[in-house]
Amino acid sequence: MQKLGKQTIKFDNPPTILNTAAIVGPKEADGPLAKYFDKCLEDEMWGEKSWEKAESKIVKETVNTLIAKSGIPTEKIEYCFAGDLINQCISSTFGLRELNVPFYGIFGACSTFVEAMQLSSVFIENGINYAICCASSHFCSAERQFRFPLELGNQRPPTAQWTVTASGALILSKDGNGPFITHITSRKNC
Amino acid sequence: MNNPLDTNKAYQTYVDKKSPNSPIIKNCIMAFLIGGLICSIGQVIFSYCEFKGLDETSSGTIVSIILIGLSAFLTGLNIFNKIGKIAGAGSLVPITGFANSIVAPAMEYKSEGYVMGVGAKMFTIAGPVLVYGISTSIIVGLAYFIFNTQAILV
Repeated sequence: MQKLGKQTIKFDNPPTILNTAAIVGPKEADGPLAKYFDKCLEDEMWGEKSWEKAESKIVKETVNTLIAKSGIPTEKIEYCFAGDLINQCISSTFGLRELNVPFYGIFGACSTFVEAMQLSSVFIENGINYAICCASSHFCSAERQFRFPLELGNQRPPTAQWTVTASGALILSKDGNGPFITHITSRKNC
Repeated sequence: MNNPLDTNKAYQTYVDKKSPNSPIIKNCIMAFLIGGLICSIGQVIFSYCEFKGLDETSSGTIVSIILIGLSAFLTGLNIFNKIGKIAGAGSLVPITGFANSIVAPAMEYKSEGYVMGVGAKMFTIAGPVLVYGISTSIIVGLAYFIFNTQAILV
């Protein structure tokens, strides 16, 4: 591992992205990327009683799908970096609780996933074999956290953004055939 | 290299130029029509109460009760937000909007419990309106008190 300049790290043994998984909600499934997702939900609640529980379930199922796809037993996964938009990262915490893997909850809003990849790359560079990176959000839970309750009768401007209902996860490995993470650069707070 | 502040400014101007504006005229017309409809419903109830022999104050109270109850009910059925999306200020400014702004958080925060959720978060939207509304009325009251007393003294 070598530091280049003030913001960049270059890896001597670049970690590989071994496999990925994604589960998305109904609005995302309407888009042109639908065929690339592992599962598209028809119900935003997914049979749960609250939006947060639904988000946790999406996280849990995404990571389970990822583990099944990669064929790597759960015991071999050494660390998990995950984050979401809700207070205390509860969606990730409860979603990954049964996985029984050491877990770092991170918060970077839009950058959570890349943040997870950067941190786990550093771990892998320093001798870890497998790490999982995961991020999630749910429109209904995020809307309450940052904007207004869903039932509030307000008008959105035409440029209003829509928080994704989905979770994405990937497994990083020490050995593999790529794609590799060769460098990481984090932004200075200028 | 460019000054990052200049770049930010240029980017902001670019975004403002590219992003579509809210359809103000359409929004105003819809707000006028639906807001007017809500007020007409209120007036119908008011007139009916007076026709039945109630005085003006009681009739006004009954209008408020019915409109608040109705909008709270529609909020619970997930219909009010659809009306609000079209009507905008038309459903927000009358007493219906106020009822909606209390019921919506009450429903949404129920998952956080009845005390820390519903109880504590119920006024997250209406709270600022109440705080500054009441504060303003205190200032107006004081001003009235001062000027009125002086008027008496003169």
